[in-house]
Amino acid sequence: MNNSRLKIASLELIDITKRFPGVLANDRVTFDVKSGEIHALLGENGAGKSTLMKVLYGLYQPDGGEIRIDGKSVTIHSPTDAIARGIGMIHQHFMLVDELTVTENVALGLKSSRGPVLDLDKVEARIRQLSQAYGLHINPKAPVWTLAVGERQRVEIVKALYRGADLLILDEPTAVLTPQEVDDLFATLNQMKRDGRALIFISHKLHEVVAISDRISVLRSGRLVDTVPNQGVTRAMLARMMVGRDVLLDRPHTALTPGAARLVLEDVDALGVIGQPALRRVTLEVHAGEILGVAGVSGNGQRELAEVIAGLRAPTGGRVLLDGVDVTSWTPGRRTDAGLGYIPEERMHDGIVQEFSVAENLVLQDYDHPPMSNGVFLNFGAIASRSRDLVRDFNIRTPSIETTTRSLSGGNIQKLILARELSRDPKVLVAAQPTRGVDIGATEYIHQRLLEQRRRGTATLLISEDLDEILNLSDRIVVIYEGRIMGVIAREQATAEQIGLLMAGVAEGR
Amino acid sequence: MQRFLRSLRFLELALPIAAVLIAFAIGGVLLALLGANPFEAYWVLISGAFGSVGGLASTLTKMTPLLLVALGICISFRGGVINIGGEGQIIVGALAATAFTLWLRDWPGWLLLPLTLIVGALAGAVWGGIAGVLKARLNVNEILSTVMLNAIALQLMNFLLRGPMLDPAQIAAGTNIAQSEALPRSVWLTRLAPPTLLHSGVILALVLAVLVYLLLWRTTIGFRIRTVGLNPSAARYAGMPVPFYVAFSLILAGGFAGLAGAVEVTGVSHRMLEGLSGGYGFSGIVAALFGKLHPLGAIPASFLFGGLLVGANKMQLTVQVPSALITVINGLVVMFVVASEVYVRRARRRAGREAAEASLKRESSTPSAEAAVP
Repeated sequence: MNNSRLKIASLELIDITKRFPGVLANDRVTFDVKSGEIHALLGENGAGKSTLMKVLYGLYQPDGGEIRIDGKSVTIHSPTDAIARGIGMIHQHFMLVDELTVTENVALGLKSSRGPVLDLDKVEARIRQLSQAYGLHINPKAPVWTLAVGERQRVEIVKALYRGADLLILDEPTAVLTPQEVDDLFATLNQMKRDGRALIFISHKLHEVVAISDRISVLRSGRLVDTVPNQGVTRAMLARMMVGRDVLLDRPHTALTPGAARLVLEDVDALGVIGQPALRRVTLEVHAGEILGVAGVSGNGQRELAEVIAGLRAPTGGRVLLDGVDVTSWTPGRRTDAGLGYIPEERMHDGIVQEFSVAENLVLQDYDHPPMSNGVFLNFGAIASRSRDLVRDFNIRTPSIETTTRSLSGGNIQKLILARELSRDPKVLVAAQPTRGVDIGATEYIHQRLLEQRRRGTATLLISEDLDEILNLSDRIVVIYEGRIMGVIAREQATAEQIGLLMAGVAEGR
Repeated sequence: MQRFLRSLRFLELALPIAAVLIAFAIGGVLLALLGANPFEAYWVLISGAFGSVGGLASTLTKMTPLLLVALGICISFRGGVINIGGEGQIIVGALAATAFTLWLRDWPGWLLLPLTLIVGALAGAVWGGIAGVLKARLNVNEILSTVMLNAIALQLMNFLLRGPMLDPAQIAAGTNIAQSEALPRSVWLTRLAPPTLLHSGVILALVLAVLVYLLLWRTTIGFRIRTVGLNPSAARYAGMPVPFYVAFSLILAGGFAGLAGAVEVTGVSHRMLEGLSGGYGFSGIVAALFGKLHPLGAIPASFLFGGLLVGANKMQLTVQVPSALITVINGLVVMFVVASEVYVRRARRRAGREAAEASLKRESSTPSAEAAVP
C-alpha cells in the first residue's frame, strides 16, 4: 500500500488523566504505539481501557496530559477529527446498517467525489483493492444482513482502512469469532503491521494478547501497571498484573457421577426472530450434577435454544422435558416454579429491569410468593431482608438495595441475576453467556458459583462463545452450528482445534 | 453525599416550577403581541383561579375530571402504553352513565348513583380495552387506535344526542339542541359549596389517587404493571402474562376516564351535553406528565391546570384575549417539563453512578471480599 503516505509514525499518550465525578478513570496513563507495531492494551472491565481509547478517539477530552502524534502535541476534538488524523476504531458492537450493502456502508457519511451524485463504483473498486491486499474476502455488493459476524467485522476493518486509518484501535475484536476466524484476523493484522500501520489491540483474553502483540500494556483501576515486551511474559504474569493477585486460570475439575436426566430436548425445531429456521432437530440431555457446554459461534441458534428452554420461544416441533415432565407448552413462570433457572444472554434487556431498584430486581421472580407478598400486597420488610441476604451472600457491590440497578457495573448486575436464579436452588439452570463483558474477578466468582451448583446436583446447560470457559467448566461439550448439534464430546477428549472445526460447520469423521 | 442528594431533590422540585415560569414568560410575550398587558392578564388569571372562594371552588371542579383522567394516564404510562383516548373514553362513560340512569330512573339514589358511576367507568374501560386488546393481541399501535376511537366516540355521541337520546323537551319545544334529558335528582352528586358547581366528585377523585398509588407501588398487580411497562422481556421471563397487563393498563386508563365522564354528568351538567369532555382527555395527560406520572403528584398538577382553565376564562372576559391562549401555555409547560426531565434524569443517573462507585471504592480499600469466597 501507500506506505509513504502514512500519517502516523508514532503516537504517544502522556500522563493522560480523565476524571468523572467521583472517579478517576485514567490516572496519569502513558501509552505509546509506533508504526509497524501491535500494542496490546490489557485490563479488566472498568480498568480504564475504554476511557483511554475514547480520549484517543476524541470522544472524551482528557483533564490532564497530552497526546502527541509524531512528536507534535495535538488536541483531538471529535471522532471526525481523529479520523482525519488517521485514527480508526473498530468498535465491539458493529456500527453497520443491515439493510445497506457493504459498499454503501463504507461510503456512508463520506463525501462523494462526484458531488451530489454517488460514486459507489469507485468505492467498490477501492474495497476490492483493500480486501485483496489484506485477505479480507468481502463481497462489496452483499447486503450486510446476509453476512456472518466475522464478515461484518471485516467490513468494519475495510471501513476504517478506506477512511485512511493508519492507526487502528480494535476493541475486543475476537469476542465474536471462531478460533479459525481469529487466525484469519491475526493474519490480517500482521499484514497491516507489515504495511507500517500502528495497531492497538484491546482484549482480556491472555493467550490472544500473547499470540499477536509486540508489546503489552496492562491497566488496573485507571493506572498503568506496566508496559512489557511480549518476549518472556507468561499468561500467569499478565493475569497477576491485571487483577493484582494470583488467579486460577485452569481450575481443577473433579469428576462427579451425573445423576438422572433433568433436562431433555427431543427433536426440537424453532424459528428465529425473522422467521428463519434457527434450531433443527436439536436433541440433548443434561443430567443432575453435570454441566453441558454448548459451544458455537454467535448466531447459530444459541439464543433460540436458551429461549425455547426458558419458555420464551415456542418450538415448532419436538419436546422439552424438565425432570421427566413434558413442559413444552408451559409458560416461563410455570417452568420457574418447576425448578428452572435462567441466566439470559442479554442481561440488561431480558434479565433485569434497569430502572428498578436492586431489591425489586432480586425478587422479580418471587415477588408474588410468600413471604414477599400475601398474593395482593407486597411485604417490603420481607423483600428488604431477603435482598440484603442475597447482596451479602453473592457479594453484589451496591451502595444499598434501593440503588437503581442501572448504575451497577456489568459484573455486579450479573451477580444480581445469579443471586436471584441460584437462590431458588434450581434443578435445571440455563446459563447463556454468563460472563460476557464481565471482569475477571466477577467471572471467577460466577464460575465458582456454577461449579458449586453442579456439586449440589443442578443440571446446567452452559451456552458460551468463550471456548476457554466451555473447556474449563463443562463435563461434556456439544457444538451448535446453524441450529444443529454437531456432536457431543467428553471433556477429556476435547481440544480447541476439534471444537473449532465443528463450530465452523466441519463435521469430522462424518 | 447527603447534601448532593438533597440538591438533586431540590432540582427535581425546582425544574417543573421553572418550566411553568418560562412557559408563562413566553405566554406573556404572546399576550403582549395580542395587545394585552401581560401582568394584568396574569393577575386576572391567578386571582380568578385561586383568589376567591368561588374561584377556588371552580378550580376544584375543573380539577376533578383532570385528576381522574390523569390517574388513568399514570397507570397506562407506567404500564408502557400511551393512552391518547381520554376524550373518547370520557364521552362513552358519560353517555353510558346517562343512558343507564335514565333507564332505571326510579331506582333509589343510594343504589343508582354508585351503579351509574360504575357503568360509566365500565364503558370507558371497554373503550380503552378495545385499544388494549388490539395492542396486546395484534400489536396495533395504541396511540393510533385510541385517537381513532376518539373520533368514533364523538360520532356516536352526535348520533345519540340527536336521535335516540335527544331530550323529549327539546323535541316538544322544537329547538332540538343536542342534549339528553336531565338526570333524576337522586343521582346528582352533592354540591359542596353552593352556588358554585363544586361537587363531591372531587373527594372521590382524591381518594382514588391514594388508591392508585397503593395499587401501583404496594401490590403485586402494580409491580407487574410497572415491570411490564419498563421491560416486557424481563416481565415475560419473570412469568408475567405481558399481553394481559398491556390490555389491563389501557382498560384501567379507560375506566378512569369513563368515570370522569360519569362524574361530570352526575356532578356538573346533570345531563349529557355536547362538548362535555371539554378537552379533559388531553389536559389530563398534561397533568399526569406534570405530576411525574405519580398518582399523588397528579393531585397538585391537576389543581394547577384546573386553575389555569378557570383563570383563562376569567382572563378572556376581562382582558379580551382568547382563552385558547391557555392551551398554548399548557403546551409550553409540557414542553419545558419534558425537556427539564432530561436534566433531572442525567443528574439522577450521575448520582446513582457516583454512589455505586463510591461503594466500590470503599469495598476495594478493605481486603478483597471476593478472595474470601471459598
